[in-house]
Amino acid sequence: NWYGIEPQHIMAVDGGHGVGGCDWDGRWNHVTKFLERPGPFTHPDFEPSAESLQFLLETCKILVIGAGGLGCELLKNLALSGFRIIHVVDMDTIDLSNLNRQFLFRPKDVGRPKAEVAANFINSRIPGCKVASRKCFSKMHQRKFHIIVCGLDSIIARRWMNGMLISLLSYEDGVLDPSSIIPLIDGGTEGFKGNARVILPGMTACIDCTLELYPPQINFPMCTIASMPRLPEHCIEYARILQWPKEKPFGDTSLDGDNPEHIEWVFERARKRAAEFNITGVTYRLTQGVVKRIIPAVASTNAVIAAACATEVFKIATSAYIPLNNYLVFNDVDGLYTYTFEAERKENCSACSQVPQDLQFPSSAKLQEVLQFLTESASLQMKSPAITTTLEGKNKTLYLQSVKSIEERTRPNLCKTLKELGLSDGQELAVADVTTPQTVLFKLNFTT
Amino acid sequence: VAARYKVDLVVLALRLWGDHGQEALENAHVCLINATATGTEILKNLVLPGIGAFTIVDGHTVSGEDVGNNFFLSNNSIGKNRAQAASELLQELNSDVSGNFVEESPNKLLDNNPEFFNRFTIVIGVHLPESTCLRLASVLWSASVPFLVCKCYGLIGYMRLAVEEHTVIESHPDNALEDLRLLQPFSELNNHIESYNLDSMDRKVRSHAMGHHRCQPPKNYKEKEAFRQFIREGILKNDHGVPEDEENFEEAIKNVNTALNPTKIPSAVEDLFNSEACNNITSQTPSFWVMLRAVKEFAFREGNGSLPVRGTIPDMIADSQKFINLQNVYREKAMQDALAVSKHVECLLQSIGKPPESISDKDIKLFCKNSSFLRVVCCRSLAEEYSVDSVNKDEITSSMDNPDSEMVFYLMLRAVDRFYQLHSRYPGVYNYQVEDDISKLKLCVNSLLQEYSLNVNIKDDYIHEFCRYGAAEPHTVAAFLGGSAAQEAIKIISHQFVPFNNTFIYNAMSQTSATLQL
Repeated sequence: NWYGIEPQHIMAVDGGHGVGGCDWDGRWNHVTKFLERPGPFTHPDFEPSAESLQFLLETCKILVIGAGGLGCELLKNLALSGFRIIHVVDMDTIDLSNLNRQFLFRPKDVGRPKAEVAANFINSRIPGCKVASRKCFSKMHQRKFHIIVCGLDSIIARRWMNGMLISLLSYEDGVLDPSSIIPLIDGGTEGFKGNARVILPGMTACIDCTLELYPPQINFPMCTIASMPRLPEHCIEYARILQWPKEKPFGDTSLDGDNPEHIEWVFERARKRAAEFNITGVTYRLTQGVVKRIIPAVASTNAVIAAACATEVFKIATSAYIPLNNYLVFNDVDGLYTYTFEAERKENCSACSQVPQDLQFPSSAKLQEVLQFLTESASLQMKSPAITTTLEGKNKTLYLQSVKSIEERTRPNLCKTLKELGLSDGQELAVADVTTPQTVLFKLNFTT
Repeated sequence: VAARYKVDLVVLALRLWGDHGQEALENAHVCLINATATGTEILKNLVLPGIGAFTIVDGHTVSGEDVGNNFFLSNNSIGKNRAQAASELLQELNSDVSGNFVEESPNKLLDNNPEFFNRFTIVIGVHLPESTCLRLASVLWSASVPFLVCKCYGLIGYMRLAVEEHTVIESHPDNALEDLRLLQPFSELNNHIESYNLDSMDRKVRSHAMGHHRCQPPKNYKEKEAFRQFIREGILKNDHGVPEDEENFEEAIKNVNTALNPTKIPSAVEDLFNSEACNNITSQTPSFWVMLRAVKEFAFREGNGSLPVRGTIPDMIADSQKFINLQNVYREKAMQDALAVSKHVECLLQSIGKPPESISDKDIKLFCKNSSFLRVVCCRSLAEEYSVDSVNKDEITSSMDNPDSEMVFYLMLRAVDRFYQLHSRYPGVYNYQVEDDISKLKLCVNSLLQEYSLNVNIKDDYIHEFCRYGAAEPHTVAAFLGGSAAQEAIKIISHQFVPFNNTFIYNAMSQTSATLQL
């Protein structure tokens, strides 16, 4: 502590705290008070020091996943908190519909990669900040970071990230090596609701431990709707978002989910589009459901959640305060409401418990039933699991959906019983799925 | 491209607050006093969804410290007026918004032009010293301009809403019960049910539906379970044993709980019916109360003790035509009820010498559709909060039973304001001040507690912490408040969703918050 000498004076003498001297007097005053002063509520490990700021500015590496509504806010928050070495990853391109909350993008940026445009904007607005961008990343890439922050809009992507960080953990004689833990801060929003959580993989509840907390997903990316529809929902959204405002079938009135005529119009248009892409399943009921249930994104909720996440990144990077333990819920539909609690680890979590999952079925059960369980179980929520096992010393694929030829070849297995397939009690099944980067091991437990 | 952007913007917003909500936003003129990080973050979240205009009032010059935590100030604006510098970069966010600035302190404005603030839809005051804040609050209260006070002090966020009466027609409650009137079906609903061609299920189901106004409807779990079982048997009893419209009845079974609700007027609405404003309609009465009185009249006459039918029905598995037909029965009844209400509105308007066009049919329909969810928020004025005679002692002392509750931060912020009044600076801004200021701040805490006769204990740790903060405004805390405050402002502007009443405290150390009524 430099009593009697103001931090600004020091900076004026040596040209600034920052790298390359791009800092100016007082630039980091709002941050340094929390790094250089002792206090009654700091983390037990906290030691006031002038070097902490240097660590933030020059050494600490943060990975931000997602450059959308949450991602833009996160980048701004981190940059204005002293973080400079930031990598941002997003595979999407900018769409017009993003512009009302993803404030790093302008109409001229439509079509360009989100991560790249976001990084450029931050770097030019905040001198000294060096945000690097990527469209995708590898497992090796992750190891370099001190903290990872997620601002994703899909559960699947979250679970993937979660699984990757868990796979990086190293255990010695069954004991977790703390230096292999990369903290994951995860934020999510839906309309006026949001949540922020701190995950220490291997130590605290992970994404899969609390899978039941996540409601079914209903958001579709604009590029999917505009050019690559797969589901009947995508066709309905096309009619609702793109065709309705263009054609104004009932004049200047807005689409009313309770007006049968409006829904009928959207339904017809959606059906036509579905026919173009050979998609079945567009019904009147589905149309109404989609129109009424979509919850648009709100700038303010993203701002709140990203702020909470960034505060946690700061706490963990600097030990300034004890981090959130470990889950924050926010809702501002009626006044403002927050709820903070400690989500508990699941003993047999399929992602982080390292315990083979138990599969209880009678030997007369068909493989189809197992597949159904994997996709419908609230704690697994797999999308299209591929099941393999070892029979007579050889690796055998029981069922796989994602490769057409293999799907056709293994489809008959679905109607066979587990006994007919040659599986025995205690048999291990390895299941791969888009929701987990590592295969999940299951142990068959015959009930009859 | 710009036109398409606007359409997309609007299309998305419509799902949140409808075209009338969006219109309210586009007609709004927001005033921000002080373009600190908190201020610009709030404004950013208002500019993005498309408010019509903003005006920043700020007499300060941009400092190096300001630029460090503020996304809307750049280092080449150091030395310039802060209102001007911030408005440039905020304007850049959305070209549809009209941005203005006034290079003046609010005190000067109040001295020279006290009516300056009357033009605004809402005034947001950030980091105002106590005297300025109270002066402004008094002017805005008299002018009925909503005032939102915000402050980010260290890791604490603070918001205070001051609006005398804020009516909400569209509160959009999260878990609204359906308004199906199954237990007291109106005649058109009865006729419709009778018209179903239900073959062998006909007699039993029909008679049960009709029986609802003859016998007791299923009330508790047991009875509802029996009703469910009855429906299931109805499926099995079909000719040839083939379930007809099985999905239809599965859905009915699932929805028994929510569908079979007795229709009675919610107590919140009853309270509004009994209020002074509702029963004393004058030519000054806002249209909300005129419509409410009309609905009250309707309820006690044509409505037979019920509010107007809402007109919407939940998703049900049914073939399209059956669903549409059923939906239309409710829609038509809702229209009928709204018509009856509008006749009452007309009478009331006539009685106070106003033309019938003063309240549109559209507004009446919207009011009727939302009659179960009407809310009125009345905040106490800042004058009442700060006066020794009307301070909310109970709220403060009962909260402080837990000395670590968020209330302690409210008291500390009040103490810090006192410190500023006394010393013309905030505690602990410079390192060398921190230790000495602790005892000075403690004196302020004690004088505050004494003045208001508050028998509470504030731990020394909090006094130390507030000196440690040194009036810092870390960006992440400013951003949290930025999102929170902006949404409350949107609620005030659009009259949709329910704003908080009246003090919100956010603690970024523990990631907790509380709403206090002071």
